[in-house]
Amino acid sequence: MLESSKESLKLEAMKRIVGDPNQFIRASALRVLSSIRVPIIVPIMMLAIKEAAADLSPYVRKTSAHAIQKLFSLDADQKEQLIEVIEKLLKDKSTLVAGSVVMAFEEVCPDRIDLIHKNYRKLCNLLVDVEEWGQVVIISMLTRYARTQFTSPWKEGAMFDENNEKAFYESDSEEKKGHTEEKPYIMDPDHRLLLRNTKPLLQSRNTAVVMSVAQLYWHLAPKHEVSIVTKSLVRLLRSHREVQYIVLQNIATMSIQRKGMFEPFMKSFYVRSTDATHIKTLKLEILTNLANEANISTILREFQTYVKSQDKAFAAATIQAIGRCATNISEVTDTCLNGLVLLLSNRDETVVAESVVVIKKLLQTQPTQHSEIIKHMAKLFDNITVPMARASILWLIGEYCERVPKIAPDVLRKMAKSFTAEEDIVKLQTVNLAAKLYLTNSKQTKLLTQYILNLGKYDQNYDIRDRTRFIRQLIVPSEKSGALNKYARRILLAPKPAPVLESSFKDRDRFQLGTLSHSLNSKATGYQELSDWPAVAPDQSVRNVEIIEASGSDSEEESSESEKTSSDSGKSSSGSEQSSSESELEQKKKKKTKKVPQKKSKPTAADRYSEIPAVCWSLRASFFFPVTTSSFGPVKTYELLHHMTGKGLAAKYHFPRQPCLYQPSMVAVQVILSNSSDHSLEEIHIGDRSPASLSIHCFNTIERLEPEASVTVSMGIDFSDSTQAANFQLCTKEDQFSVSIQPAVGELLMPSSMTEQDFCKEQGKLQGMNETSATITMETANASSQAISKQVLSVANVGVVSSSQNNFSRFAGRTVSSGALVLVSLELKESSTALLTINTEKTVMASMLLRDIKQALTQA
Amino acid sequence: MIHSLFLINHSGDIFLEKHWKSVISRSVCDYFFEVKEKAVDPENVPPVLQTPHHYLISIYRGKLFFLSVVQTEVPPLFVIEFLHRVADTFQDYFGECSEGVIKDNLVTVYELLEEMLDNGFPLATESNVLKEMIRPPNILRSVVNTLTGGSNVGDTLPTGQLSNVPWRRAGVKYTNNEAYFDVVEEIDAILDKSGTTVFAEIQGVVEACVRLTGMPDLTLSFMNPRLLDDMSFHPCVRFKRWESERVLSFIPPDGNFTLMTYHVSSQNLVAIPVYVKQNINFFETGSCGRLDITIGPKQNMGKTVEGLMVTIHMPKVVLSANLTATQGNYTYDLTTKVLVWDIGKLNPQKLPNLRGSLSMQAGAPKPEENPSLNIDLKIQQLAISGLKVSRLDMYGEKYKPFKGVKYLTKAGKFQVRT
Repeated sequence: MLESSKESLKLEAMKRIVGDPNQFIRASALRVLSSIRVPIIVPIMMLAIKEAAADLSPYVRKTSAHAIQKLFSLDADQKEQLIEVIEKLLKDKSTLVAGSVVMAFEEVCPDRIDLIHKNYRKLCNLLVDVEEWGQVVIISMLTRYARTQFTSPWKEGAMFDENNEKAFYESDSEEKKGHTEEKPYIMDPDHRLLLRNTKPLLQSRNTAVVMSVAQLYWHLAPKHEVSIVTKSLVRLLRSHREVQYIVLQNIATMSIQRKGMFEPFMKSFYVRSTDATHIKTLKLEILTNLANEANISTILREFQTYVKSQDKAFAAATIQAIGRCATNISEVTDTCLNGLVLLLSNRDETVVAESVVVIKKLLQTQPTQHSEIIKHMAKLFDNITVPMARASILWLIGEYCERVPKIAPDVLRKMAKSFTAEEDIVKLQTVNLAAKLYLTNSKQTKLLTQYILNLGKYDQNYDIRDRTRFIRQLIVPSEKSGALNKYARRILLAPKPAPVLESSFKDRDRFQLGTLSHSLNSKATGYQELSDWPAVAPDQSVRNVEIIEASGSDSEEESSESEKTSSDSGKSSSGSEQSSSESELEQKKKKKTKKVPQKKSKPTAADRYSEIPAVCWSLRASFFFPVTTSSFGPVKTYELLHHMTGKGLAAKYHFPRQPCLYQPSMVAVQVILSNSSDHSLEEIHIGDRSPASLSIHCFNTIERLEPEASVTVSMGIDFSDSTQAANFQLCTKEDQFSVSIQPAVGELLMPSSMTEQDFCKEQGKLQGMNETSATITMETANASSQAISKQVLSVANVGVVSSSQNNFSRFAGRTVSSGALVLVSLELKESSTALLTINTEKTVMASMLLRDIKQALTQA
Repeated sequence: MIHSLFLINHSGDIFLEKHWKSVISRSVCDYFFEVKEKAVDPENVPPVLQTPHHYLISIYRGKLFFLSVVQTEVPPLFVIEFLHRVADTFQDYFGECSEGVIKDNLVTVYELLEEMLDNGFPLATESNVLKEMIRPPNILRSVVNTLTGGSNVGDTLPTGQLSNVPWRRAGVKYTNNEAYFDVVEEIDAILDKSGTTVFAEIQGVVEACVRLTGMPDLTLSFMNPRLLDDMSFHPCVRFKRWESERVLSFIPPDGNFTLMTYHVSSQNLVAIPVYVKQNINFFETGSCGRLDITIGPKQNMGKTVEGLMVTIHMPKVVLSANLTATQGNYTYDLTTKVLVWDIGKLNPQKLPNLRGSLSMQAGAPKPEENPSLNIDLKIQQLAISGLKVSRLDMYGEKYKPFKGVKYLTKAGKFQVRT
């Protein structure tokens, strides 16, 4: 009965997957089929998954990605076939599918990193638009990927250790002697892409996403960039108790290595009496990690409040923390010790016991002249019942018995009386004390020691019997005892190294942050180790994607034509290898963004295709990655620094008219630096800038520029849509030169592709105040539409909008910084006059642009 | 990822279980109960536990434990965040998240859980999408359903899931179009014995209730956005616009949602609206103590402080309190040792005062530390940071919506050490 009903269910589901016109029914059918956990249906499931993976609806494809995991857990032998499906689905450009397929990838074949290469850039770019759960999975996968593919952005020897600056410089100079041609570190653009695209996700409302971005930065970003995650992590502390717990654990691990990151937020870790105990202990841990000479007094004052807490477990933890501060910061050791001694008279047993244990550790680090404290503790001994504390006092007295010669034998006498009633740990220490006293003061203690050893001999605990036997042979001379006897004193009273008080989070950094394993501090099933950075980066070109010609509207074809030519010209003009490869990358990225909306369609299914919009390219995506088409235009070069004023250093710049790689709101500028002096110039870099708020992405310092050599570097400047000059200093090792880059208004734009209809619609929205126009008289040579395009494009970085009317030329662009639309239209009238109209919110820009275009069109 | 979910009530009964993969025996929860026994206070149960074969990740919400079982490595926050989302969804559907309500709506609860996870991976967690598939219960429908044998499963398909704005359902229609925004700020502070501020910061949240027809595109701008130091947004907010222009531009979900949360930069001095004069003494002999608390207005920007309340967790040895309040009432719970003084409105002319004696267990030593005071208050029509909404614009739809903004300042974790 059951079998037959399953059978019919199966058939029905299969029929639906293949045939139903509604995508939800198809998806649900697949969900049902894949949830039947019977091995017999494996082949059918496989078929269904393959079918669904090729479905036109992204929702059905998403469901198929889920089904992959189900099938894999049902029958792991299908792995090879499933990997094929995963490979196919990874190529999918829908944001719906991305998260689910990466999840399947992680489950089925996390080691097949080669499948990611081609999809890496796409995943990075889609990331912001993927649903939040998918983001978490993708980010953690990309973290692992990046660790295998890029070289370390952390400089040699300077990994995390902030206090080790000096050593770092030393090793550096040594290395330089060895091989002078060591290249400065240049971050792979793909590595940068990942960091840049994950950054906005720090503002996510989903705490898991924020945490995963934080761990990505921790494991992948250059040292100085990691601190941008601090604020967001501290923000998560306002969230639910459970979230706090996990976040605090991660901060604790981070704060051991990088105090500086969290020090400004120290007060956010202050403990409230209403916090749960484990939250309190974690906060305490972090405060202790953050303690340094400057803030220790504030922290100790805070600790004083905690010691008095009603939560005794927490008070005990605070005492431990004070002990750690005392050993780490030598300035306050004495203060802490005095404070702890005061606590010995506390009424609460646990507090006293904990203080004794901590004092014992502290005294061991500096045993000089603390006999007063030992005496004080000996007096307290009768009142303390916590075994650990009693044992600690006994050990202290034994170790420093020569400093308290009168008290020690008396304590031993008392112990002899109560020996049988003590805990094991106390008994062991009693035996220990007896042995030490026997060696130093045998006259007074010989009998007592023998008595205790006899008691120990018949103790129930084998550990104590064993110890007693050992001690007896060691200290009591007899004919059988050999050479060891002579060394008994040296063995028992050897100076002992002081214990190191360390954070319990010290070794947690072996696990990737944010993982279950990190939280439990033990390796969880299925934990994937984060590999070390490779010494040499693997081939970068594996991530390049072949260019697929976009087969869109006419306008796009036209512009892609011109794009090719411009990229060609760009290549020939650019001087250095690095920049040309960079521009190549740019081009590819552009291609990629452009081809996204296209979708390969299966003709057989075209009839059911119409019901859904296949484009899953969301609104937000276009905000992050504006669809750009680079336009043709001759490159104008401007002088930045003349070689006469620059003492041999000359600099020229031009606008390559490409989206800036570093930040989308920046305008890309290429600077050609050349050395026309007769000696080499060293350490060329960018110094102070004004206004100070000006955000510039500097080029990496050029270590050395030989005479007659030149190098092209690219930088990004955020002009904030104004033509105000960016002033900064160009520095060499010896000199500084103030230079400024004043952009033409047309360079503050980037092309935007749109259809004629869209153009008119947008233009309709930007009427009135936002419209500027002028009638111009053109040179006859300029009257053709090609000539107009050429002239307009020479002054402004805008895109051509294809026009159905002959007498109209239209251009569209967006301002780089704010993304405001700028629309230029030119209507040819009779006798070579024309009406030039510019529509944009940025009215100041409009009038300047109008002037520039007018000038370009009226001159020959 | 998430293998199973158990709902456990305060007394430790498992009253609901749901498995997304194979069935895991209830006995796995025994490990959890063991820890729970030890922890005494349910707040103290660690959220992540390890058992020989499974990992248990739990949250504690509304006197219920949501305990999930996972078998392999997974970011713990992923699970925790999801469990809270489940609890939020229950709250959203049934008005509260308690054992009784969940038991009353078992069918809907199972339907929801089935849709929220597929094979342990979150599928649909947006409340708008869920509500299209599974309708929230109401009395009329449940009556009809019992009579006709129908269910709450919606007969439309959740198209929102496919659109590029998955948080908004399609075809929204209202006769009254309205958009309300509540700017709620909470003051977190620790004051020490002498009244000086040890630590203070402001956390804010913009809650929205948007009932607008069609696909409106809203832009909300602030008079002084520079105040905001760190924020997180609902996924609908276009981050890029915020970065460049400091305005919130978004297509809103339908109904209630949290638009953004923010943190006001710590450089700004935080105004503390009240001051507290307190004197709590426990005497060495006679096993009694004295308590004297006065509260007065400090920096409240000319507004009235309302809903004033003081909560004190007394030491275990305090048996009873014999106090007189010049305003409001006080209660002392003998079992939990919590003293609550509900004051109400703060009258600057006549400052509220609570004084009297505390009697302690005979023979017990006097408590080491004085209990700290937790203060609760509300100030209407004021955002203590000074944040102001300057305007709300709507694009994409023709009608004129009704717009409203409300401000409220509350005490968050406001503690006075004594």
